Amino acid sequence: MSAIAFPVPDPTILARREQIIEGLSRLVAPAALITAEDERRPYETDALTAYRRLPLAVVLPSTTQEVAAVLKFCGEQGVPVVPRGAGTSLAGGAIPQEDAVVIGVSKMNRILAIDYANRVAKVQAGVTNLAVTGEVSAEGFFYAPDPSSQLACSIGGNIGMNSGGAHCLKYGVTTNNVLGVTLVMLDGSVVEIGGAHLDAPGLDLLGLIVGSEGQLGIVTEATVRILRSAEGARPVLFGFPTSEQAGEAVAAIIGAGIIPVAMEFMDKPAIEICEAFAHAGYPMDVEALLIIEVEGSDAEMDAQLARIVAIAREHGVKTVKESKSAMEAAAIWKGRKSAFGATGRIADYICMDGTIPTGQLPHVLRRMDEIVKGYGLRVANVFHAGDGNLHPLILYNCNDPVEAQKAEDAGMDILKLCVEVGGCLTGEHGVGIEKRDLMTFQFNPEDLAQQMRVRAVFDQAWLLNPAKVFPLEGRVAA
Amino acid sequence: MTLHIPTTEAQACAIVKSVIGSGTPLSLAGGNTRAGLGRTTQTQSTLSSAGLSGITIYEPAEMVIGARAGTPLALVQATLAERGQMLPFEPMDHRALLGTEGEPTIGAVAAGNISGPRRINAGAARDSLIGIRLVNGRGEAIKSGGRVMKNVTGLDLVKLVAGSHGTLGFLTEVIFRVLPAPERVVTLVWRGLSDETAVGLLSAALGSPFEPFAAAHLPEGIGADQARTLLRLENFSDSIDYRSRELIELLRLHGTPEMLEGAASGELWHDVRDARVFAGTEEAVWRLSVAPTDGPRATAAIAARLPGARWFYDWGGGLVWLAVPAGDDAAAGAIRAALKPLGGHATLVRAPAAIRAAVPVFEPLAEPLMRVTAGIKQSFDPAGIFEPGRMYAGI
Ligand SMILES: Cc1cc2nc3c(=O)[nH]c(=O)nc-3n(C[C@H](O)[C@H](O)[C@@H](O)COP(=O)(O)OP(=O)(O)OC[C@H]3O[C@@H](n4cnc5c(N)ncnc54)[C@H](O)[C@@H]3O)c2cc1C
Ligand SMILES: Cc1cc2nc3c(=O)[nH]c(=O)nc-3n(C[C@H](O)[C@H](O)[C@H](O)COP(=O)(O)OP(=O)(O)OC[C@H]3O[C@@H](n4cnc5c(N)ncnc54)[C@H](O)[C@@H]3O)c2cc1C
Repeated sequence: MSAIAFPVPDPTILARREQIIEGLSRLVAPAALITAEDERRPYETDALTAYRRLPLAVVLPSTTQEVAAVLKFCGEQGVPVVPRGAGTSLAGGAIPQEDAVVIGVSKMNRILAIDYANRVAKVQAGVTNLAVTGEVSAEGFFYAPDPSSQLACSIGGNIGMNSGGAHCLKYGVTTNNVLGVTLVMLDGSVVEIGGAHLDAPGLDLLGLIVGSEGQLGIVTEATVRILRSAEGARPVLFGFPTSEQAGEAVAAIIGAGIIPVAMEFMDKPAIEICEAFAHAGYPMDVEALLIIEVEGSDAEMDAQLARIVAIAREHGVKTVKESKSAMEAAAIWKGRKSAFGATGRIADYICMDGTIPTGQLPHVLRRMDEIVKGYGLRVANVFHAGDGNLHPLILYNCNDPVEAQKAEDAGMDILKLCVEVGGCLTGEHGVGIEKRDLMTFQFNPEDLAQQMRVRAVFDQAWLLNPAKVFPLEGRVAA
Repeated sequence: MTLHIPTTEAQACAIVKSVIGSGTPLSLAGGNTRAGLGRTTQTQSTLSSAGLSGITIYEPAEMVIGARAGTPLALVQATLAERGQMLPFEPMDHRALLGTEGEPTIGAVAAGNISGPRRINAGAARDSLIGIRLVNGRGEAIKSGGRVMKNVTGLDLVKLVAGSHGTLGFLTEVIFRVLPAPERVVTLVWRGLSDETAVGLLSAALGSPFEPFAAAHLPEGIGADQARTLLRLENFSDSIDYRSRELIELLRLHGTPEMLEGAASGELWHDVRDARVFAGTEEAVWRLSVAPTDGPRATAAIAARLPGARWFYDWGGGLVWLAVPAGDDAAAGAIRAALKPLGGHATLVRAPAAIRAAVPVFEPLAEPLMRVTAGIKQSFDPAGIFEPGRMYAGI
């Protein structure tokens, strides 16, 4: 496989660059328009750093009206637009192209209202995920979806990707926690979908917009659910001699009617990497580690843990280590949540994100190992065990183009494997450019054409994040 | 009146293709139990899912169940119950309220996004629906989502189809995420509270760490003389003991509630879920969706315009079931005007066909959204053969 293709920049747009910038400058404050090359540079990629394209210009509006004016202008001028939150997409969802204007929502970062009685918060799209929880935690509330990137990533980006996190086994992903959005459409019209009530009228446009990867419009505000935190939470480490046993224990826990708030899996290479970074006290003499978190009062947590430990023992658990303090608990999660960063300290890596039926876990772990070894590379696995969302980290050296290509190929083989066993290409990171050309493995032409016709309802001319999600060939307008 | 009953998806595709040519629109039917939902439509033919029945996949350890669209809901529920599991969203049964007979189907539960009291905690049907197969208006079999719950691959057509009431396509298979059924369920009942106080109680409980799974209020005269405010806890038995104690303490201001278990608790929630208190009357019945604390405001505004209106609250106050004299227009104008300043919306659930033909059953949408809705309909069903006009006139 060769590198991911970008569309050839439209020379007529490049030729009009000055004119386009002049037009934009009439719509937003000077500080909101970025045109100098060195200032555009930070926007040339996201967390899929192997790919970069310098955009035509970057606009950072402060209001919905500004977003509307800029979108309308770009729509009229036929200029592609790439919506951007914090640029932490691992799928290349926010990577621009040379003939595109980036519209970033990072300046729209205010929390507008909090309503505890109705358990909702209204926020601007550029607010970070963690800031929402930060704002309401003193009252004992939190915003449930918790991607590991939560310190940096924005609610707008979370909506774009329908992001998940370690605790979504119990609390769901972004789509289950957003009640309304303010959406700016390509023609500059501003629509309100949903709100503080639970069900919006008509077709579920909100459900369509969440996870649409910036292809249907730009979200400027959102109404999200905030939930009351449990009385306490306790992560516990379970070390298993084999991955199979860990997988069986997960199935048995669910089979016994227990839904822990989180069940995270790490294999031996991941344990070693994360322990070296976070010093969380992870056991080093096991092949697989489960972090299982339970919630409730102390007595409730004791009771639930007793049930879980009994099940784990039936499946040969070797070590059980409870967090004895808030600090220990934090260290356990720090290790897991910094898995990507910690891996990045020892090697370059690409992070895959397929989902598999959990019953296929032992088979898939074995096959993944074979695939990656077949390319002469190493893999570390961290993933959400309860829902089968895998994050194999394929380690390689990015200065070696041959190895880089091998890593990408191994990743693609793994994603195909996920689809083969009944799963999907992406569980939470999105398709972006990364998995765009694999879409035909999961969907047949009719499936894809139906999606593209729906997309075209919002963007007939394919101007919104145009090089993402759907293969560049065979595009359908309406 | 032609009735098509395909037994395979391929047959369904062929039927749809043949209909495109003739231009005769189709109604879609599962068990006919919700035949009176939506705007009154004029169709000569019905495409039924009755020939597409059976569980296609059930993996308890993966918490997933799939079934052909015409599978009776009861069969799905019984299959899950055998393994101690359940659908998370407690779908309502419309038969009592609408006075219909027949067997509700799982496909129609998806098509109608039909959820009950548990929705306040566990999400709606659309939140648990993870995969669909459907025949679109071009006669193509398409899929979206799948059998794994974490899936963000491509546009989420699953959500779009959930709640589209058959207007986008004929579902042939649906896949839901499921949950373990709780070990024990109890209902706490406070009596004699005003609407406003009751919704305050429900908000306090839903904002507590003790996780009520359902929260409703039946005002005075609705099913009993005294007003009743209900909270339902579901959990392991020892947790129920602890959490009910804590909740009662937290809400002690409102007196000591009665505690119901077993059939007494179950029956009460069936009344709420199925709006059985409005069964068999001549009134028009609406569902109002509002922010929970706006529930009592909405009903007060409506009562001021419509003496004789009756109501109760589910979803902590956020879902108002409202019964009004049917009149000529089911009081649509008065109800929607009362809701306008609050920002919620109203759906007409039960009314004579003539009224459902005359007034918008679903809340009219702002212009750009109506345009998008029409475009989406067109993208699935260019010839306009599925349930034309069921949700919105001309769509
Ligand atoms: C005697 C008779 C009287 C009728 N009277 C009315 C009336 O007063 N008002 C009216 O609006 N309609 C009426 N209809 C049409 C009726 O609504 C349709 O036959 C059917 O769509 C209703 O579905 P249901 O109740 O059988 O399915 P349910 O199984 O209850 O379906 C409810 C909803 O789900 C949709 N649905 C069901 N199965 C599928 C599927 N597999 N894929 C996609 N969508 C699905 C339906 O379109 C419907 O919107 C009548 C039909 C008959 C035969
Ligand atoms: C270390 C690390 C850990 C991560 N862990 C997780 C994890 O645990 N779970 C997970 O799900 N993801 C994870 N991610 C991926 C990433 O953080 C998420 O996809 C996140 O939601 C992206 O948010 P963002 O603000 O950075 O959006 P961006 O990367 O800027 O954009 C993401 C997509 O959304 C679109 N978009 C952005 N803003 C808007 C808007 N306002 N309106 C419309 N479209 C918009 C963009 O066009 C793009 O397609 C991780 C990433 C990193 C680097």
